[in-house]
Parts: sequence; structure tokens; C-alpha cells
Amino acid sequence: MLNTRLYYLQRVSAMMMAPLVLCHIALMIYAVQGGLSAGEILSRTQGSVLWALFYGLFVLAVSVHAAIGLRVIVFETFGLRGILLNAFSVVVLLASLVLGMRAVYAVVAS
Amino acid sequence: MHIREAWKDEPLVSNSGTMKVSVWRGQGDVGQFEEFDVPVLDNQTILDVVSWIQQESDPTLTYRFACRVGMCGSCAMMVNGKPRWTCRTHVKKVRKDGAIEIAPLRNLPVIKDLAADMTEFFDKWVKAEGVFHPSKTREDPIEPINHESNARQQASAAIECINCAVCYAACDSVSSNSDYLGPAALNRAWTLVNDERDSAAEQRLKAVSGDGGCHSCHSHQSCMNYCPNELNPTASIAGLKRESVKNLSWWGW
Ligand code: SF4
Ligand code: SF4
Ligand code: FES
Repeated sequence: MLNTRLYYLQRVSAMMMAPLVLCHIALMIYAVQGGLSAGEILSRTQGSVLWALFYGLFVLAVSVHAAIGLRVIVFETFGLRGILLNAFSVVVLLASLVLGMRAVYAVVAS
Repeated sequence: MHIREAWKDEPLVSNSGTMKVSVWRGQGDVGQFEEFDVPVLDNQTILDVVSWIQQESDPTLTYRFACRVGMCGSCAMMVNGKPRWTCRTHVKKVRKDGAIEIAPLRNLPVIKDLAADMTEFFDKWVKAEGVFHPSKTREDPIEPINHESNARQQASAAIECINCAVCYAACDSVSSNSDYLGPAALNRAWTLVNDERDSAAEQRLKAVSGDGGCHSCHSHQSCMNYCPNELNPTASIAGLKRESVKNLSWWGW
């Protein structure tokens, strides 16, 4: 259920996620250790193009990766195929994108 | 003493009791295990056990073999749950708590008893373009092959396949996706991708990279673990994945 394009996107999104996840975890630890309050965090992220790009890219990579990964699992486990399988993949992609981008918007919009 | 004389003193076989052997009996999806008591011999393969049952106990037992020396690839069965070439699998090595269970190969339909239907396995070889497409005619001079070349070495590493379908039976991706071409067909395609004399590289890459092609492989290496000829279909499939990405066109296929 993977053609070369989906395989390639799966690999590229994984490669993007690897450094982004590490940065994200390091950031969480730093924020918690440093005792930053939610307000302090927001004051740094709001209006920041850099954080918008960082987490925007993160959400994009996760959405693509998860949609393709779940596509394979759903096909192999439940035998979903054809149009239904494509529809499922698109729904997962769009749902993750919308939910993720909303969260990004919430922390960077000023 | 001369070595041949010393060997002559040893009885070729020594009978040390019997063992319980459960054998799958049935046709298609319907069937059950039947138990046989088979004499234990010093030197005995699983194929010997099956043949003994057929010759001495139940002549209706159906199974398949030809060469008995690991060349033809026709004798593979599930032995205690694992796919094995039975003519080269010693009883001593695989007996579990003194017992043996023999069943037809996994992932294939059953014709009768231990004989699996290999049709789809071979059809998939053809589907994967596991067929040589010559680039020259018989009128042309024979092309010298450079055995040192990287491509030839990759082809040679994967070429000793005996079509036994042990890898096909071991592969969970085949179990969950009946369209998946499987390790043997893809391994064969990889040898041809690397064959300088072949003229169908593009056609073949297309055949192995659609739905059910090389991208359905999860690289969990059961094929490599069980291949009796110690081939590495996982590596061949990884090669196909790389080649298909290199040749990826976003507008075509
Ligand atoms: S590595 Fe690929 S072909 Fe081999 S057993 Fe696993 S999924 Fe099947
Ligand atoms: S790759 Fe190995 S296990 Fe698979 S069919 Fe060929 S010889 Fe048998
Ligand atoms: S009988 Fe030929 S490989 Fe076993």
C-alpha cells in the first residue's frame, strides 16, 4: 500500500522529525528545569516567526508521517483498501494538520 | 586403522526407539494433525521422516520432493512452526521435547496434506519482472562480464535462490498483504536490476515499486533468517527501494 512517492515522503518526514523531536524535548526540559511559567513561555513564543516555523514544520512532518504510517497499519490490520484507504489517509493528514496548526497558532499569535 | 575401515565398524543406522510426529492431513483449509510413531535413526532428515510415514505407515500421505540434496527447492514445509528445507534439516536439530510437528508451508494454499500450491509464488516472480530481457540477439558476440564490477557482485550475492519459498512462508508482510510480491520474487528482480545484459530495468523498477512491491517490506528480516541458502532478500529489497527512489518522477509513476 505504499508506492515510491509515499515511501519517500515517509522517509523524508522521519528525517525532518528526528532533529525537531530532539530540539523539542531539550526545550521542554530546559523550560521545566528553568521553572518558566506558562506566561513566560508565551511571552517568548508570541510573535516569533522562528517558533512559528519550527513548530509549523514539526506539525507538517508529524502529520505526513502519521498519515502514511497509519495507512499501512489500517491496511494490514483491517484490510481497508482503495478509495476508503485513501480517504482515511487524507482525513488523518488533515485532522493532524488542523489540530497541530491550531496549537501552533495559539502559542505564536500575538 | 584406515579411516574407511573404522567407519565400516559403525552401523550406518542405529535404532533408538520411536518419536511422535504430528503431520497435517487435509485438503484446502480443512484438515487436522495426525500422529505417527516413527523410528528414530542416528542420521535422519525431516524428509526421511515424511518418506518413512508414506512408505511404511500411510501411502496416501501427499508431499513433494525431488533432489533430496538441497538443490531443487521443492521439499519445504513448516517444521515445529518454522519453514525449513526438509531434505537438509536434521531431526536432531529441530526436535522439540522429543516431538515433531510437520505442516505445509505457511502463506500458501494447501493442495493436500504437506503439498502447498506454489502457483501464486511463481506468478509473483513473473509479476515482479523476475524474467530476463536480453539486450542482444544470438547473432551478437557473447558479451564479456566483469565479475569484479559492483553491479555484478550485488547480482551474484543474491543469485543462488532455489525457489523453495521458505522466505515467502516466513514473511509476515505476505501474511498481512496477499498482493505483496514477497522476498524471493523481489530478490530475483534485484539480481536482474544489476545484470548488465538485461534491457528492462525501467519496466522492472516500475513492476516492483507499486502497491504490493518493495515498499511493502518492513525489513524485519525473517526471510534472511530462514533462507536455507543464506541469501539476504532484505538487503536486495532495500536495494530496490533505493533504486526506485533514485528513479522517482513526481509526475509519472
Ligand atoms: S524483510 Fe521484508 S521480505 Fe523479508 S520477511 Fe521481512 S517484510 Fe518479508
Ligand atoms: S531466497 Fe532463499 S528462502 Fe527464498 S526462495 Fe530463494 S532460496 Fe528459498
Ligand atoms: S528435495 Fe530438493 S531441495 Fe529438498
